[in-house]
Amino acid sequence: MELTLSGMREGSRARIVHVGSTGALRRRLLEMGLQKGTEIYVEKYAPLKDPVELIVKGYHISLRVEEAHHITVELIE
Amino acid sequence: MSAVTEKSITIALAGNPNSGKTTVFNNLTGTRQKVGNWPGVTVEKKEGTIRGFGHELVIVDLPGTYSLTPYSIEEIVARDFVLNESPDVVVDIIDASNLERSLYLAVQLREINCKVVFVLNMADLARRRGIKIDAQKLSELLDVPVVFTVGNKKEGMENLLKTAVELAESETPIVVNRRVRYSADIEDAIGKLQAEIQEHTTAAFPYHARWTAIKLLENDEVIRERVLEKLENGSRRILDTAERLRKQLTDQFNDEPEILLTDERFGFIAGIVKEVLTTTTQQRVDISRNIDLVLTNRFFGFPIFILFIWAMFQLTFTVGDYPKAWIESGVGLLSASLNAALSDSLFKELLLDGIIAGVGSVVVFLPNILLLFFCIALFEDTGYMARAAFLMDRVMHLIGLHGKSFIPMLMGFGCSVPAIMASRTLESEKDRILTILITPFMSCSARLPIYIVLAGTFFAAKAGTVIFSIYLLGIVMAVVSGRLFRSTLLRGQDAPFVMELPPYRIPMLKSLMIHMWDRGKMFLKKMGGVILVGSIVVWSLSAFPRNIEYSRDYDGQIHSISDYFEREIVAADPQRQKELAANLEAELSVLLAAKKAEIAEKSYMGRIGKGIEPVFAPIGIDWRGSIALMTGFVAKEIVVSTLGILYAVESRSAEALQHALKNSGMTVLSALSMMVFVLLYLPCLATVTTIRKETNSFKWTAFSIAYSTGIAWLAAFFVYQGGLLLGLG
Repeated sequence: MELTLSGMREGSRARIVHVGSTGALRRRLLEMGLQKGTEIYVEKYAPLKDPVELIVKGYHISLRVEEAHHITVELIE
Repeated sequence: MSAVTEKSITIALAGNPNSGKTTVFNNLTGTRQKVGNWPGVTVEKKEGTIRGFGHELVIVDLPGTYSLTPYSIEEIVARDFVLNESPDVVVDIIDASNLERSLYLAVQLREINCKVVFVLNMADLARRRGIKIDAQKLSELLDVPVVFTVGNKKEGMENLLKTAVELAESETPIVVNRRVRYSADIEDAIGKLQAEIQEHTTAAFPYHARWTAIKLLENDEVIRERVLEKLENGSRRILDTAERLRKQLTDQFNDEPEILLTDERFGFIAGIVKEVLTTTTQQRVDISRNIDLVLTNRFFGFPIFILFIWAMFQLTFTVGDYPKAWIESGVGLLSASLNAALSDSLFKELLLDGIIAGVGSVVVFLPNILLLFFCIALFEDTGYMARAAFLMDRVMHLIGLHGKSFIPMLMGFGCSVPAIMASRTLESEKDRILTILITPFMSCSARLPIYIVLAGTFFAAKAGTVIFSIYLLGIVMAVVSGRLFRSTLLRGQDAPFVMELPPYRIPMLKSLMIHMWDRGKMFLKKMGGVILVGSIVVWSLSAFPRNIEYSRDYDGQIHSISDYFEREIVAADPQRQKELAANLEAELSVLLAAKKAEIAEKSYMGRIGKGIEPVFAPIGIDWRGSIALMTGFVAKEIVVSTLGILYAVESRSAEALQHALKNSGMTVLSALSMMVFVLLYLPCLATVTTIRKETNSFKWTAFSIAYSTGIAWLAAFFVYQGGLLLGLG
């Protein structure tokens, strides 16, 4: 099932299908290791529901929900 | 080794943020650091010179970056240094626990024509997390020397330097192969463009053809400009070819070439990682994650954050007030002893009322600054700063700011000087300037005495509410201005928030101390000069002209009164003598206060105050208020004492000034208007100097002054005139 990263629940796991957006943001997402095929784990949402903390390739990064919205993922059960 | 053969070797340290680069830099250079800015930008530049292995070694700490694309100012600075300053060696500090991500910067460095050493830092930590790296293999695969270090235990530093120096001295050319190989179609495009560049290149063009070709395919703005600049004739052809090839690749792969190349680099890296990295334990115990279960917890996250911030505020401004008071009394002591030692002269006045009073009023902030930066360094070095940004980003984003802006803005309630210096923690230059522009609206503690006097005089029981509203107005103005700037002057794409939450680390005391001392030194050195000059100017304006025509013969009156009382005292009985002496004292102080008021009124400062009175009239402030506000430029606290002088208040007590204010024709409305103006108008001299230093721009400094004063006048105008319209006068 495909959905955007911003729609993922805490504690769920997914694989990146597509990194959208443009320019600096897209480049930065890719450079931080969020590529197609990368496995991600949603560690938690901040207390105010934004930003979101992910575990990617063994390190933790946080994205704003609006940034996470550009990333399409497929859930891993 | 003789001095003749001694050659200076430049070693640049590159690496991701949180890779332990700063720790390595501190270990290498110790206290021999020079902190400044990179030319033209506000990115901090750290440099240290040491001797070793028969050379003078200049160690340059490049900004921490994840990549070398020209998207952020830090990346441009780091890349330009490597490209244009050609350091003898670039040392890439790699966090061994994050090999895959770190290698992205590493392979980019490898693509540039420079000598690189890889440093696998914190490998002990990685090993404990079950990560093992085959350094030998890594070294072979990329053909670079690889060394291990443990930054926080100072291990491997000698070896690092030795390897770097050996590489710098080696004559072997930089090996061009063992770099990223792209897929056939892309290599084909690179080859074609490379050939075109080689055909048109000149000696003036400093970059390697293959690298330039790759950058042009990635549509790198900076390199495009360099090509246009340096290769006038051939540049059109080269750029046309690049454009054509870009389009071809885009059509073929249905994506932009820069994305394709990034993907392929990571593909290349994945291959390396597979060969050199072995992960043993799967379910490791992650202390950081456990800490974050509490510190960024949905329920406890904010209360703990508020507690930490409260503690920082208390330490900075409450505990810091003790050493502050010591310095104050030290300055007072110095002033008093000089007063006794020197005979009356213009020089003495300049020294005491100008220099010591002015510089003294700023130097007292040193303890606050040291303590605040100790706390900030603690937050940064432990990794908590990123969590604070994580928690606060939602709120700060409403103003168009990054979560990290919260700390400078909050500190603004204490003192704008350290607050603005704290904006250095922000990575994006736009965020930093925006934060600097709105931080002065956070009402600093120096403004509080003014509110207390005015609100206390005119609002009595409601004073607390009024002062609270003033603080609130400041916050609202900051939010409104922030949004305004974000959509006008500092528009443009928000820097991506994408931020690493590094693992928690135990901070090193030495690193905290170095950080703290850097700030303190910067404050003392850079402030000293400007504050000194500023104080002298302000003092001169209020001390000259000397030959005032007094409306009364003060000296004569003082003389005759003294004479009169002395005669009376001599004649009177002991009981009466005391009474008379007290009377004499009182009459003299009235006269002296009146004289002082007249001196202030007729000084250049007073003339300016009267001159600009028409500007202040619409907001209900008379010439006395105008002068007081102008002297407030030195330090806001001075507004109160200037009012005291101008109203010829003979005693230093607050009640006396309140009484004088009430009788001066000042109304509730004009008091409110003045408070609003004090809240918003131009920051004090120390703050302006800090703004200049931190924005590194006269333009922004001037803008900040003009904007805040303009807004202050407008807001006060609305309050005063609106109040008059409503019949509140």
